[in-house]
Amino acid sequence: MRGALVGTALALACSPAPAQEMAGPELAPYVVTGDAIIEPLAGQRGDAALGRALIGERHRSLCILCHAVPEGAAPLQGTLAPSLAGIGSRLDEGQIRLRIVDMKRLNPESLMPTYHAPPDGARIAPAWQGKPVLGAAEIEHLVAYLVTLKE
Amino acid sequence: MRRPAASLVAFAALALALLGGGAQAGDIAPHERRSGRTFMAPETQAMQADDTTNPGMLWVLQGAGLWDEKAGTSGRSCAGCHGAAEAMRGVAARYPAFDPASGKPIDLAGRIRQCRSARQGAPDLARDSDALLALTTFVAHQLRGMPIAPPKDPRLDPYRETGRQIFTTRMGQLDLSCANCHDDNWNQRLAGSAVTQAHPTGYPLYRLEWQGIGSLQRRMRNCMIGVRAEPFAAGSDDFIALELHLMQRAAGMAIETPGVRP
Ligand code: HEC
Ligand code: HEC
Repeated sequence: MRGALVGTALALACSPAPAQEMAGPELAPYVVTGDAIIEPLAGQRGDAALGRALIGERHRSLCILCHAVPEGAAPLQGTLAPSLAGIGSRLDEGQIRLRIVDMKRLNPESLMPTYHAPPDGARIAPAWQGKPVLGAAEIEHLVAYLVTLKE
Repeated sequence: MRRPAASLVAFAALALALLGGGAQAGDIAPHERRSGRTFMAPETQAMQADDTTNPGMLWVLQGAGLWDEKAGTSGRSCAGCHGAAEAMRGVAARYPAFDPASGKPIDLAGRIRQCRSARQGAPDLARDSDALLALTTFVAHQLRGMPIAPPKDPRLDPYRETGRQIFTTRMGQLDLSCANCHDDNWNQRLAGSAVTQAHPTGYPLYRLEWQGIGSLQRRMRNCMIGVRAEPFAAGSDDFIALELHLMQRAAGMAIETPGVRP
């Protein structure tokens, strides 16, 4: 519970508009083309350095619980998912964006959580109800970082 | 029959109709089952194996004291009714068991609580109190090395099936089921932690991260918080249904209480 609250607080600290403070990260609308979301969420590109830091925050982005990343301060990396090393050579920006936003659109059985949709899971803890796992700006930071991971 | 979990009753009824044994897809094959102990570093395994270094033995000792202590309006101790704790060996390997008084299953900690208030006439012990954990650890420790032996009591079957449904249903903001990790990915690591097969063999157990002893329900609560689900209430029918499923899944595996975990 404490982790959950801290995570929310950090997400709020990052969100650009103070008006969003009560609502938590807003959901940005998006258009899926093939297996990609071509346009940046909320029309705003991210910052790769912030994305690199965020991916290592296992209680907020959660990525390294499941994935290995090729660098950074993340010694304890998960093996539940493919390594993200070289992901920028395998997938383009829009493909990476859709996979973070909603992997289940490509594989309904996936373990990977849907990061940016109204959550509809059973028994969602009160602190998380009605909130996506990550906001649009955070996802764009991650995308900006992952496209730089070339093999 | 009382309803084990309203939202899951329909599932349970359907599954009951299909009941008749046989492993289902996703289950761990019997020869592949492994205690959580075997996933730990050798030093932590050694700490569990040696009673002089296993911190859980402190609660076994405390429980032994409580077993012999007269309490409540009856003025009797647990030993006053049950005799030496070894007499509990065969009994406790069968929990959770069906409790005719309440018409539903009860787990070992629940039974100890019930004895304490109804028979001893002593003040109730809270679910996660040190005294109840100590007594439960002491009784379960009497069975160390014995196989988990779920009773073949058909009155438990609907609850077992509810437990299986809960175990295999995705939940929380991260939308993951227990089975996603513990049936399908037990060979993997979640960041630095071995996922393991979630067998209940060592509980209550000492967790270095908790700096104390904890119940099986506390462990399950942590996993639910991990997927950002609202945990079931301590002692609830849903948690007991999960315990029944875990015991059935681990039938025949040796009890190790008190286990040690990182
Ligand atoms: C609970 C596990 C889990 C978490 C947490 C998780 N993922 Fe994934 N991810 C997966 C799995 C499993 C796959 C494999 C594809 C599938 O499941 O269909 C995957 C696939 C991917 C892919 C496509 C990889 C490829 O080689 O095609 C990307 C990109 C990705 N994840 C990024 C992320 C990012 C960024 C985060 C954190 C914001 C994250 N993931 C969090 C489990 C997870
Ligand atoms: C995202 C993965 C994941 C999910 C989902 C999950 N768990 Fe776990 N579980 C773990 C990990 C990792 C551990 C080991 C943690 C450690 O020791 O640090 C664990 C440990 C356990 C243990 C202790 C096993 C032992 O040997 O001590 C039990 C029991 C358990 N889980 C039950 C459950 C139940 C019941 C659910 C669903 C309500 C569940 N888990 C959901 C990852 C998960």
